[in-house]
Amino acid sequence: MSEIKFDDNSLALVQSIIKRYPEGKQKSALLPLLHLAQAEFDGWLSVPTMDYVASLLSIKPIEVYEVASFYSMFNLKPVGKCLIEVCRTSSCWLRGANEIVDHIGNKLGIKPGETTADGKFTLKTVECLGSCGTAPMLQIGDKFHEDLTFDKVDSLINEWSNKTEHSKYLDVNTFRKN
Amino acid sequence: MSKKILLEHINVPGIETLEVYRSKGGYSSVEKALKTMTQDAIVEEVKKSGLRGRGGAGFPTGMKWSFLAKPEGVARYLVCNADESEPGTFKDRYLMEKIPHLLIEGMITSSYALGANTSYIYVRGEYFYIIKILEKAIDDAYKAGLLGKNILGTDYSLDLYVQAGAGAYICGEETALLESLEGKRGNPRIKPPFPAIAGLFACPTIVNNVETLAAVPSIVNNGGEWYTGIGIGRSTGTKLISASGHINKPGVYEIEMGITVEDFIYSDEYCGGIKNGKKLKAVVAGGSSVPILPADLILTTANGEKRLMSYESLADGGFASGTMLGSGGFIVMDETTSIVENLYTFARFYHHESCGQCSPCREGTAWMEKILHKIKDGHGTLADVDLLWEIQSKIEGNTICPLGDAAAWPVASAIRHFRNEFEEYVKNPSTINKVKHYHNMHNLATA
Repeated sequence: MSEIKFDDNSLALVQSIIKRYPEGKQKSALLPLLHLAQAEFDGWLSVPTMDYVASLLSIKPIEVYEVASFYSMFNLKPVGKCLIEVCRTSSCWLRGANEIVDHIGNKLGIKPGETTADGKFTLKTVECLGSCGTAPMLQIGDKFHEDLTFDKVDSLINEWSNKTEHSKYLDVNTFRKN
Repeated sequence: MSKKILLEHINVPGIETLEVYRSKGGYSSVEKALKTMTQDAIVEEVKKSGLRGRGGAGFPTGMKWSFLAKPEGVARYLVCNADESEPGTFKDRYLMEKIPHLLIEGMITSSYALGANTSYIYVRGEYFYIIKILEKAIDDAYKAGLLGKNILGTDYSLDLYVQAGAGAYICGEETALLESLEGKRGNPRIKPPFPAIAGLFACPTIVNNVETLAAVPSIVNNGGEWYTGIGIGRSTGTKLISASGHINKPGVYEIEMGITVEDFIYSDEYCGGIKNGKKLKAVVAGGSSVPILPADLILTTANGEKRLMSYESLADGGFASGTMLGSGGFIVMDETTSIVENLYTFARFYHHESCGQCSPCREGTAWMEKILHKIKDGHGTLADVDLLWEIQSKIEGNTICPLGDAAAWPVASAIRHFRNEFEEYVKNPSTINKVKHYHNMHNLATA
């Protein structure tokens, strides 16, 4: 793995984010920075990555670990290039979320929580993503795919089979540089 | 047509841009507030309006604002709760996506009223595409002199920032949200002190929901008195309802409070009736936390009156026969729905989302999920149903934050109103597969 270090552009964003909070309260930047680190360093938070974020904020590594392990969007293990997150809470369940999960699982030959052998896809079931009126739905990166049918799911999988990049929630341009 | 305040211009092409938003009168409340009104006068108007918190608790907004401590030389903060995570609720997302400047206008006017010079919008991390939209809108507002130093040439200055959450329902609880905004785990704080005294960075802080803040511009523009003329009784104004489940027209609807539940479900202006011509079985009217009601009780109160879409009418009868307006997450279930299976999804949700701080919630939500898993798969006993009841009653009221209650109420209400269905699962497990979501297969394959 390459060295864990943000490029200049990302470092400028880090400084800009830290300025959003009063002096001495830079720890507030932890969640945004973990998101950025996860997006830039292969889609998950390794211990060296978390230690690096701790150093940027001048906080103890344990303060990062305890936060990273609390929030469900932070991956503490490697995930596939394409992380498929299927909502399955009530409204989505009412409109067929279980069938969508089964369909994807059968197509990829994996169960929820697993990654395909080629490292391409990870299937994850998640709780309510606030897309109940367009259920069933799934999320890949920052995109919501709604009113799902088996056909729609199939074409998404085809589309991602041909991509080389990681699915990401954000990039360096998501946050405004204040 | 019902009165529209928040969504009046929602279908205007380009309303997400500053230019079009302003052409429709957008940001006039900032102009009016900063140039012609004192801070206290705005708080008074909001008090007069009867506006109540739209995130779920329904606490009077003006009263909450009046609790804000104002010690000399100490910063105050306004934090917008955009952590919308209550299952069945997607109205804030809709509002921020379609008309982001309405929230920003509400933030500026409200921040001025509270004397805050830095404010934050805490958005759930799963909504990163919304964060992009908000950041663009904030950027444009800065460029137009609506944010930053000396707004519109006045001596009032405000910086507004978006903060991303990272997947935690609990951060919708205001003190957990503040912990998260300080870069910590989302563990709720013990109250008191309330955030109005010691909130963000231990400074006086007001936390308001997106929809609440979005209602402020219209109140400032037209006066609190005007707002009380809309709605019914103490349920003043309009409410966004997120409608989902087995209905013909799922979506976000702005209703004037006081329309009948029946009208909301069956009229073409709103949900358009039950999908595939099926019959209504049950409704969760205010997000997953509120008690589920069977068709007869959601349409009519125990006294035989038509149930209305308002805080008071939905709560009529207490938990014995009523429910709550909550966040307005309105989940409709048709006659084929398994109440047990649906409840299992709720129980799994609350187990997943418990922060783990209080043992009744941490342990109780896990037990409830396990027992429901057992019952739904046909391995339950009648004693399990009683045990479920027992566990939920031990969680309710025994935790630091309301997540415990939120986890207990769906279980209690499902057993209260649908006990026979739980017993059926226990006594005749072979019939269970017949009621499992078979109705979805056809739609998913051919739609």
